[in-house]
Amino acid sequence: MFPKGTKRKFSDSGEEAVCGGGGGGDQGPSAAPAPSPAAARTLSSSYSLQRQSLLDMSLIKLQLCHMLVEPNLCRSVLIANTVRQIQEEMTQDGTWQIMTQALAAAQCPADRLVATEVLCRQTEAAAAAAQAGQSPKPFSVSGLEEGYHSEEVVMDGDAEAEVAMSSLSPVSPQLSSASYLAGPFGMGPCWEDDEEDADCDEDEEEDSEECASEGEDAERHHLRADSRTGEQVFGTFEIKHPAPPPDPALEELFSDVDPSYYDLDTVLTGMQSTPKMGPYDLLESLSSHGPTALSSSATCRSDLNELDHIMEIIVGS
Amino acid sequence: ADVISTVEFNQTGDLLATGDKGGRVVIFQRETEEAGEVGDSGEYNVYSTFQSHEPDFDYLKSLEIEEKINKIRWLPQQNAAHFLLSTNDKTVKLWKVSERDKRPEGYNLKDEEGRIKDVSTITSLRVPVLKPTDLMVEVRPRRVFANGHTYHINSISVNSDGETYLSADDLRINMWHLDITDRSFNIVDIKPANMEDLTEVITAAEFHPHHCHLFVYSSSKGTLRLCDMRASALCDRHTKLFEEPEDPGSRSFFSEIISSVSDVKFSHSGRYLLTRDYLTAKVWDLNMDKGPVETYQVHEYLRSKLCSLYENDCIFDKFECVWNSSDSVIMTGAYNSFFRMFDRETGRGVTLEAWRENSKPRAVLRTRRVYTGGKRRRGDVGVDSLDFTKKILHMAWHPEENIIAIAATNNLYIFQDRVNPDAQTQ
Repeated sequence: MFPKGTKRKFSDSGEEAVCGGGGGGDQGPSAAPAPSPAAARTLSSSYSLQRQSLLDMSLIKLQLCHMLVEPNLCRSVLIANTVRQIQEEMTQDGTWQIMTQALAAAQCPADRLVATEVLCRQTEAAAAAAQAGQSPKPFSVSGLEEGYHSEEVVMDGDAEAEVAMSSLSPVSPQLSSASYLAGPFGMGPCWEDDEEDADCDEDEEEDSEECASEGEDAERHHLRADSRTGEQVFGTFEIKHPAPPPDPALEELFSDVDPSYYDLDTVLTGMQSTPKMGPYDLLESLSSHGPTALSSSATCRSDLNELDHIMEIIVGS
Repeated sequence: ADVISTVEFNQTGDLLATGDKGGRVVIFQRETEEAGEVGDSGEYNVYSTFQSHEPDFDYLKSLEIEEKINKIRWLPQQNAAHFLLSTNDKTVKLWKVSERDKRPEGYNLKDEEGRIKDVSTITSLRVPVLKPTDLMVEVRPRRVFANGHTYHINSISVNSDGETYLSADDLRINMWHLDITDRSFNIVDIKPANMEDLTEVITAAEFHPHHCHLFVYSSSKGTLRLCDMRASALCDRHTKLFEEPEDPGSRSFFSEIISSVSDVKFSHSGRYLLTRDYLTAKVWDLNMDKGPVETYQVHEYLRSKLCSLYENDCIFDKFECVWNSSDSVIMTGAYNSFFRMFDRETGRGVTLEAWRENSKPRAVLRTRRVYTGGKRRRGDVGVDSLDFTKKILHMAWHPEENIIAIAATNNLYIFQDRVNPDAQTQ
């Protein structure tokens, strides 16, 4: 969306504009909802830049679940609430529509599809990685496919959804914002899926007194969770063309990539130019952006090798 | 793994327990005053060390369960042994700490080393006698309260009835009987039917010190809920809701995060509540739910740095807060190894430092200051030179005297006020 360099420069000087609550009242566009909030906020670009960078930061935080231990639920909820708040404000401004439309318009059909896939892949890869962790399980891989197929169904069959989404008018900000809302939750599958298990237990009317005891339905629930998150994230983007049949090569390409490699910006911007990027290409583009928010690309590489190794074991090659 | 994660005095203050990230518990005991040895009296020395929790693995979710001790709470003493509850993210354990200073000698069938004697060599019978031996402290697990929580346990609190306790995780609070490990009662459940609707979690919970039917829990949205267990079995509807109306002038994207309550403590009297959110400590009167009666700024100079603190995750740090024995002073931690004490009568606050380099044993703690403008004094620390990795999150105040225990990463500092045992430290 915005080049990294510009963002960084602004953030040092204009920090107080967005971030400083009580202290920064006199600096630029105050975050305080004064008499005319809409007017106050459609103001300087530095404020919206800041807001955007805060949004990106929050989304990255949500995605970067530490796969080994369950992430802190309180922290995740607080970050998600912040994202929601920014989103609501942007929706009121109308900048939300601009952003999603720019996203849609800027990309040619194939790219848009891939971007969709990538983000969906992200959630499922994240879900797979969450389940797989260091000791991958077979069901997570099949979960990938299951989720993907259900996406397809939504794409081809759900003409209504298509129409509704292709007309991203100000009338339906709720729809897109609601579905984008689901996005971060989908992207933070660690606690989402955990809850799915417990939730499903109750739905199935098993003994839910102590929700910790999940039964053999866990597998099914994981798959259900994957398909759900797939649908939700999917709903964000405009669909102009039906999907091509699933490309197994593409699936495999993305299935073993840890979501922490994805910088949201890179996904949205990088994918425009080279749609068929592999995970290694993605890493190159990340590092080529200079000092990025993800300072752990070195550790990412070693994790990537580890994941590669694990995937090899699963695949049995 | 030596990072201290919880500190707690027992009801008499003679014992001090610390839990760390490695699942270990270290108990310190106060040396009793020897006649004529005033200088050494009152020091805390290691009494016992044991491994409370081990790292575990949730096979269903492929996630590790940390062995870090989140909380320790002592039970009121009923006999010669001491009991404490310790918990990690998922499991609460009851430990019995007992002393043994005698052992039986003179068995008939066993010899001194414990080997079975040849029966044919026994010619007479004798009665075994108890002989004094070196003091041994034994710690044994007496109860394991497992599988009660799906989410991470953040608080435990022993009820004044001496029989039950509560354990709270992010979305639920359970009440247990100390003798029953396979069952617990769910008394609060704020989990929404659809997890997508989740916007608030439980951050801390505590029983009232005198009324066994009352407890309070705090949330990530800055609210406190007082619940009465006599009203219904499931206390989803609060008896009282304590919330401070938001100041619209200071609203920012971080308003909610900094309002999240990290700790809640009843006063010893049971009349007040002390809460800690990111920038302030507040005292609430149980009889007034419209807002706190006192608000203390812990580190207001951080308000303009919230964006950076959000980026480096410091904004999610959970600071604890404590009352002194007479409820006249409150204390809480901050960054740069600083901690703050506030005198409720004067409203004055003081900043102290828990840092080895700057203090020798028995030296008087001098107050510190963070420079925020105006005339700069020697020793003032600038806001930008604060070390955010040195955070004072955990602390405890002796139940009767002016002795405080401060955990600074992997060091434990114990400060005593010798001049005025009944008043605030200078």
